[in-house]
Amino acid sequence: MLTSTKYLSRIGTTAVFAAASLFGMSAHATDITGAGSSFVYPVLSKWSAGYAEKTGNKLNYQSVGSGAGVAQIKEGTIDFGATDAPVKAEDLAQYGLGQFPVVVGGIVPVVNIPGIEAGQIKLDGPTLADIFLGKITMWNDPKIAAMNAGVNLPAKKITVVHRSDGSGTSFNFTNYLSKVSNDWATKVKFGTAVEWPTGVGGKGNEGVSQYVKQIIGSIGYVEYAYAVKNKISWVNLKNAAGQVVAPSADAFAAAAATADWASAKDFNVIMTNASGAQAWPITATTWVVMYKKPKNAEHTKVAFEFFKWALENGQKDAASLDYVALPENLVQKIEAYWSTEYKH
Amino acid sequence: MQANVGAVASTLAQEARAHRDARHDRLFGWLLKGCALLVLACLLGAAGATLWGGRHAFGTFGWHFLVSSTWDPSSDTYGALVPVYGTIVTSLIALLIAVPVSFGIALYLSEVAPPWLRTPVSSAIELLAGIPSIIYGMWGLFIFAPFFADHIKPWLTNYLGDKPDDGKLSWVAAHVPFVGKLFGSDYPFGASILTAGIVLAVMIIPFISSVMREVFQTVPSRLKESAYALGSSTWEVSWDIVLPYTRSAVIGGIFLGLGRALGETMAVTFVLGNAMQLSASILDPGASIASTIANQFSEAAGLQKSTLMALAFLLFVVTFFVLLIARWMLRQLAHKEGR
Amino acid sequence: MAANSFIYTRRRITNIVALALSMVATLIGLVFLAWILWETLRQGIGALDLKLFTKITAYGEDGGLLNAMVGSLIVNLIGIAIATPIGVLAGTWLAEYASGTKLGESIRFLNDILLSAPSIVLGLFVYTIVVLPTTALTDGSTTFSGWAGGVALALIALPVIVRTSDEMLRLVPSTLREAALSLGIPQWKLTMQILIRAARSGIITGVLLALARISGETAPLLFTAFGNNYLTFNPSDKMSSLPQVIYQYANDPGDGMHAIAWAGAFVVTMFVLLLSLASRLVLSRNKVSHD
Repeated sequence: MLTSTKYLSRIGTTAVFAAASLFGMSAHATDITGAGSSFVYPVLSKWSAGYAEKTGNKLNYQSVGSGAGVAQIKEGTIDFGATDAPVKAEDLAQYGLGQFPVVVGGIVPVVNIPGIEAGQIKLDGPTLADIFLGKITMWNDPKIAAMNAGVNLPAKKITVVHRSDGSGTSFNFTNYLSKVSNDWATKVKFGTAVEWPTGVGGKGNEGVSQYVKQIIGSIGYVEYAYAVKNKISWVNLKNAAGQVVAPSADAFAAAAATADWASAKDFNVIMTNASGAQAWPITATTWVVMYKKPKNAEHTKVAFEFFKWALENGQKDAASLDYVALPENLVQKIEAYWSTEYKH
Repeated sequence: MQANVGAVASTLAQEARAHRDARHDRLFGWLLKGCALLVLACLLGAAGATLWGGRHAFGTFGWHFLVSSTWDPSSDTYGALVPVYGTIVTSLIALLIAVPVSFGIALYLSEVAPPWLRTPVSSAIELLAGIPSIIYGMWGLFIFAPFFADHIKPWLTNYLGDKPDDGKLSWVAAHVPFVGKLFGSDYPFGASILTAGIVLAVMIIPFISSVMREVFQTVPSRLKESAYALGSSTWEVSWDIVLPYTRSAVIGGIFLGLGRALGETMAVTFVLGNAMQLSASILDPGASIASTIANQFSEAAGLQKSTLMALAFLLFVVTFFVLLIARWMLRQLAHKEGR
Repeated sequence: MAANSFIYTRRRITNIVALALSMVATLIGLVFLAWILWETLRQGIGALDLKLFTKITAYGEDGGLLNAMVGSLIVNLIGIAIATPIGVLAGTWLAEYASGTKLGESIRFLNDILLSAPSIVLGLFVYTIVVLPTTALTDGSTTFSGWAGGVALALIALPVIVRTSDEMLRLVPSTLREAALSLGIPQWKLTMQILIRAARSGIITGVLLALARISGETAPLLFTAFGNNYLTFNPSDKMSSLPQVIYQYANDPGDGMHAIAWAGAFVVTMFVLLLSLASRLVLSRNKVSHD
């Protein structure tokens, strides 16, 4: 018995030592870590794989949600966060953080009406808001019909599909609705999650896509790539300039180019309802958030090299995933921001 | 003399051994107790952490939190009624389906099936527990919800509900109270409280049936053989001998399944419809505590985050009361049987 | 005579109906299993190739799941290695030492509550007690880790193992205990060498159920093991896991990603199946009888 106890305790000590030495081995295999928005996950992953092949530096990004990404950068567990809603100026100042946009994408309203193809239905902002407010309940409502002469609109009930989870997609979509509809701005307001006046909630863009595909007479909103890949009909929108536009890379780029970046501190601009004649009205970006005086200077240096490379060389990867790279004048502004705000 | 010394020596040795055994027993007892206390610490830690995290929400909303069905993130007003209701109802439906089915499976595997079939079939049923819950969710979203909407829901709404497509109430909906409300729905859609209950049932069947089958096998065969010798049928032996003998463990297995049903997140999130509205119909979409947390946690901050932690604490409280009621019912049952 | 034969017939019919229903119940279970497995296979067959096992997730659609498989294996192993001894011993204490005592009853009751704790909450709890302290201690060089993920999974496995061990031990006939004690065998030896051995099959079922459950968990790993798009064998590093990748890929717009997600689900399920079959084979080879 005694010997076996001794033996056991020896195993125990060895195990403790082994565990301790494993803990001591700090993790250098993965160089930089980021977390946050799921909107940028596909493109950041693709950039990361390309960058790792080129330089050997690995970037490990996980989509935990924008809110959680910002929380984690504040806790100091990651090197950068990524968020679909810009961090407020006072928060940035309090934690010594800076932020800059990295990529642009579009959000499109999608519908499931038998016989209606992508782009066949046109809506303006106030009508879209009324549908999501539950004020317009039938597809053959005169307000919709007035904008769509010649389209055969069925007398079918409208089922609204929204996101059930908090998300940047909802943030930008509701932000647009509050810019174009007073009712929306006072009753529902905007945010990553709101109290939806009507409808069912799908989890994630994929959840909303599936719900819309399954419910005849439904309308939802998803990132552009999901509408394309799932072959769901999108709706053309009338933008701030009064033009009816179809969602496309050019229309997203037009919105990014005409957003008012110059007067914004820390790039704090929400791009919805941009003024350009060709601009898609629900265009969104994701901001990367990093410490101005990082704990781990080496990691942050690699992170900056990565984002510089991505902003200057990542256009093709972005386009292949239905994102739009930032316009050149904005990239120059960001690089200027780096050199003035970040000392490294 | 010699014999005496020998006897003394052996008594001494015996005593020494008894001492050693007693010491080891004590150490062993402490070790076991330590492990059990660790389990206690885990729960208190987890529950305490949620209570601490939810203190702002409890402080802000007070008792109103429990009875309010508002969920409005933009004005930061929250009530827990809808998710609490959804959690309880989906778990209840899951148990109503899963318990009889699991009992049938366990009965089949321990009494009916030919011996060569038992191991493969029981492994197959256990496999249902190994399917990741996200797959239940995907299967539920892509396959089962549309199937439910096309083949099951129309039948239920037309024959049992108070909102049938043709406007004519069925006899059942017109005459049996509550049934019409329970099955009335005008959502043209497969995701609902009942769908979530069915998917949950499939998920917990392996837990309940494995435990049942395992404990059915522990019933001493002479007990069963005596009953058979008296002329009992297989069903009578199972219902009157095996089940009462193993009742406590069978209930343990049911709690195992109930626990999973109450806390299940991913699968439910995909098939529950996630509507923060209170509806009497089990064919309407709803929300559960776990799905609300999973849906909103990643983007929540401030009071909303605190509310989600408060919800998590409420789930502990709900479970506590569900178990308490279950225990009380069992005691009543035992009482009735004169024990 | 007539009444007798009537009762006899009724009993026979009841018996036949009940047994037939039991067969139907089993069929229901099997149909759902076959349905789900069929769908995972049908949707994932396009991605079930060598690449799935040799390439990592960093390459997305052109990659595989190697890092996620390695991560899942290591994190699950840590979880089960922590939960099994603690769970079995705690279950033993409940069954053998504390039956009828207040403390025993309350721990048993609280253990049932722990069973229903939403896994994301347990993950956050571990984030607070493991990830934040390691971050502070190592000055940010070790934050999320495979260890933390393992601890979170252990918290989920623990109540399942406690509950099953407790139940299984209580079903061991007391004659076994009395016989052993009358021979003067000390309690610890009786417990470890006789009781646990007698209840072994049931305890292993419990461990397998726990393992099956944790191998499908996503939410508790998000803020503990975090995830990693690159391959690592070091549990102090951030680690990937299959359910997390499946979740991520399932929510991606690309069809190729969906196929990999379904294929990953098929792999997880097959892994659980193999484990369950293997342990059953081992068990049936040295079966202990209760009589």
